[in-house]
Amino acid sequence: MTTALQERMQQAFVTHVDDDRLMDCMRCGFCLPACPTYIHSNFDETQSPRGRIALMRAVRDGQIMWDGSVEESFDLCLGCRACEPACPAGVQYGTLIEETREAILSAKSQTMKEKVIRKGAFDHLFADQKKMHTAVNLVTFYQKSGLQKVVRKIGFLDLFPPFMKEMESVIPDPPKRKRPQGQQGEVKVKVAFFAGCLMDTMFNETNRNTIAILEKLGCEVVIPKNQQCCGALHGHSGELEKSKRNAKRNMEAFQLDDIDYIVNNAGGCGAFLEEYDKLFADDPRLYEKAKQFTAKQIDISSLFVKLGIVDFLEKLPKKSTSKLVTYQDSCHLRNVTGVKDEPRQILKAVQDCTFIELPNADLCCGSAGIYNLLQPKMSSVILKSKMQKVQEVSAGTVITTNPGCLLQMKVGIEREGLTSTTQAMHLVDFIYERIFAQ
Amino acid sequence: MEEYIIQKLIDITGKENAKVTIAQRLAYSYDATANFQAMPDLVLSPANMGEIQQIVKTCSEYRIPIISRGSGTNLAAGTVPNAGGVILLFNRMNRVLDFDEENLTITVQPGVVTQHINELVEPKGLFYPPDPSSMKISTIGGNVSENSGGLRGLKYGVTRDYVKGLSVVLPNGEILKTGGKLTKDVAGYDLTSLFVGSEGTIGVITEITLGLIPTPQTKQTLLVFYDQLETAAQTVSSIIAAKVVPTTLEFMDKGTIENVEDYMKIGLPTDCEAMLLIELDGDMQTVGKEMQLVLKICKEHGAKSTQLAQSEEEALQLSTARRVALSVLARKRPTTILEDATVPRSEIANMVKEIQRIADKYNLMIFTFGHAGDGNLHPTCLTDARDKEEMERVEAAFSEIFDSALRLGGTITGEHGVGEMKAPYLEWKIGESGIEVMKGIKQSIDPLNIMNPGKIFAKDRKQRVVVHS
Ligand SMILES: Cc1cc2nc3c(=O)[nH]c(=O)nc-3n(C[C@H](O)[C@H](O)[C@H](O)COP(=O)(O)OP(=O)(O)OC[C@H]3O[C@@H](n4cnc5c(N)ncnc54)[C@H](O)[C@@H]3O)c2cc1C
Ligand code: SF4
Ligand code: SF4
Repeated sequence: MTTALQERMQQAFVTHVDDDRLMDCMRCGFCLPACPTYIHSNFDETQSPRGRIALMRAVRDGQIMWDGSVEESFDLCLGCRACEPACPAGVQYGTLIEETREAILSAKSQTMKEKVIRKGAFDHLFADQKKMHTAVNLVTFYQKSGLQKVVRKIGFLDLFPPFMKEMESVIPDPPKRKRPQGQQGEVKVKVAFFAGCLMDTMFNETNRNTIAILEKLGCEVVIPKNQQCCGALHGHSGELEKSKRNAKRNMEAFQLDDIDYIVNNAGGCGAFLEEYDKLFADDPRLYEKAKQFTAKQIDISSLFVKLGIVDFLEKLPKKSTSKLVTYQDSCHLRNVTGVKDEPRQILKAVQDCTFIELPNADLCCGSAGIYNLLQPKMSSVILKSKMQKVQEVSAGTVITTNPGCLLQMKVGIEREGLTSTTQAMHLVDFIYERIFAQ
Repeated sequence: MEEYIIQKLIDITGKENAKVTIAQRLAYSYDATANFQAMPDLVLSPANMGEIQQIVKTCSEYRIPIISRGSGTNLAAGTVPNAGGVILLFNRMNRVLDFDEENLTITVQPGVVTQHINELVEPKGLFYPPDPSSMKISTIGGNVSENSGGLRGLKYGVTRDYVKGLSVVLPNGEILKTGGKLTKDVAGYDLTSLFVGSEGTIGVITEITLGLIPTPQTKQTLLVFYDQLETAAQTVSSIIAAKVVPTTLEFMDKGTIENVEDYMKIGLPTDCEAMLLIELDGDMQTVGKEMQLVLKICKEHGAKSTQLAQSEEEALQLSTARRVALSVLARKRPTTILEDATVPRSEIANMVKEIQRIADKYNLMIFTFGHAGDGNLHPTCLTDARDKEEMERVEAAFSEIFDSALRLGGTITGEHGVGEMKAPYLEWKIGESGIEVMKGIKQSIDPLNIMNPGKIFAKDRKQRVVVHS
């Protein structure tokens, strides 16, 4: 018997999930070996991109009835989009999973007769004791770690319940502090800095370091007021309308004529900013504007390389004995923005360390935005195997280019008891130390 | 399937290794073949041969279909459970059992991914030549069961040429071991060969012993363009006649070249009719000499232009055009149907022209690329499965393509297998007596028809329309 929810669900899939996009998948299976959840579920097709696309299609066509097992398959998707570069047919998986999550959300909230207002995707975090526990563990970890000070300023705990709301309200009052250096000499490039909400709260220092290095390399950096969270977290959890709202505000906040680039230092945000045009594909009024906005996007590693950081680093005097560093790709930087060489080039140019490639660096670390909080089991399996690889190459430092990954790597190092030998750092902070710390 | 049977089967592997939910069953309802889908009742991941024996015995008791499934990348609807039943997975049977460097063999379980075999043996200076384009994900069990080919097939042959021994669980639950690490073995009928390409219809393959060969010293890559299909095809024949056997001898037709260039912008000439990608491998001296000869032959046949890779990177660049062919085409329309009609090498030009004629006749988008060296072409139809009328034309066109291939002395499938998809056409190729012999074999090994039923043998045969062109 079909329940009301099942009927709504099918309807919602018809409304939100694009049929043509689904048709693009020819079921060749080339994406399977790229998918972390497929690999870590011992090759379960249900947890693969091809399986998920087939499920979307089946729900949409009414071939199967919605139930918990179907929902679980979508929930377990990391959204890392490693399936996209692997796909010969150019399937837009990222868009499909966002549409799917939007469909699920809309069907569910319609069904809730009592008109409970959805407070955000984080409600169910608190409905589940086990998930809650993990969240609390994370918090304890942060309180013990050096992050605590920064964290306390914004109240890390407050980040959780009305996560989305917080995200919006913690957007910076730029510029917060006096700049560390100030631009000296000739201005080569003028860039606007996208501060990012998480980066600007928990990793404020990284943002300051970013600006310092950019200035050192000859940039004039502006931080436009009124910028918002990029909207990625909303988008990834199905609240596409909210991400559009944020996107519009950001498109207004940045004056494009004035600047050469909009630079970000968070792979996840960057990828989302870069796809604002997709967000407004059906809105002729905003599409052109979005296109211009996305054309200006650049990630920090690529900009560093363009500004000649490789040369710059190679000329720095060698200070200490050579240490091993490795690099964990940020999924969206690699799979969406398509940047994989630049961070490695930069690390290879650093004089007093040796770069070693992390096996399977292209596989998601299991952080995936807030996935680690929502799907603690799968996330830990993935993280555990990631840490094994880190130990295999015996790198003392793991570099990342995204705040979520950075937190996850820190959690992993803590969990495996590696704190005495291994540290995780943002690429920018690592480079900053090389350039400025005497 | 009744609940108590399902429970009995689940007890064999344990609950953790059984998949029963709607989502799980749906995820095993398809393979890479467009337009075929059916739900299994249960999906099981046995740990070893013993568990497979128990599963097979139980299924045989209750007449439950068993569909062995590797990674589900076959293009013949070979793993679609069209009569329901149990999907058997080998995700827990994916270990390498023995790597014997003295006998140059490797013994593996069926769930090992093809590429992993090469990753394992390459550091030892060895290689396993069959390289289907899907090797990053296809399993060796699937390769053996389809007798898959690959880009290196011209020089090194196909999967069959490397399978030396098998362990199989027969439909009655007994174990059969064939062949071994031997180079020579004529003890009775060649049962190993019987199971290679049997598409899961006469048993479950549980262990595979493969032969390996030393890695060639070097490789050279050449790209050649032609104004005429014929001259490209003649080049292929002349190269072989000159006793040069390239590792790879690949072909792309005009439409494919245009699409690749349009999408990739890598500077391919779009005013030509055909492109060949030629790769030679072996020791330095021979490869160098042979390449000179190949270049000469190409020029003699009026090649419009040639490009010889000067470095490994350039070689990779040159082969890109061919490697991306399928993905570029797949982006053009919603549905991509990849066929593998195969003709004798000497008939390639005729076959490509036939395909182009048929595409025009039915007003369809069909482009052809493929393995020119062995006449294995991939006419690729870009269509939309939602358009019923167009799909009818697609079916008619492919019937006609198969018919043409057969008339030119070819076959309906060179490497993808028959499965459910091409079952209606099998008789065209092997005739009534062929079907009878094959049915006899099937019947004697699997009298209850529980092993992948509905595959290879069709319920309805297809009327062959004799076309006069
Ligand atoms: C994009 C693309 C490119 C391809 N390129 C090539 C190519 O270049 N050359 C080529 O030959 N093929 C190619 N194929 C087809 C396909 O990849 C091959 O047929 C491959 O061998 C299938 O392997 P699999 O593990 O996916 O097997 P599956 O598709 O899962 O199964 C294939 C058949 O084997 C049977 N089977 C699997 N395991 C067992 C077992 N242990 N015991 C008994 N029966 C078993 C199944 O029942 C089925 O009949 C391509 C496919 C795609 C989608
Ligand atoms: S690689 Fe692309 S086309 Fe192939 S199954 Fe995955 S999503 Fe579908
Ligand atoms: S986004 Fe990542 S986890 Fe999700 S299907 Fe794609 S590869 Fe798998």
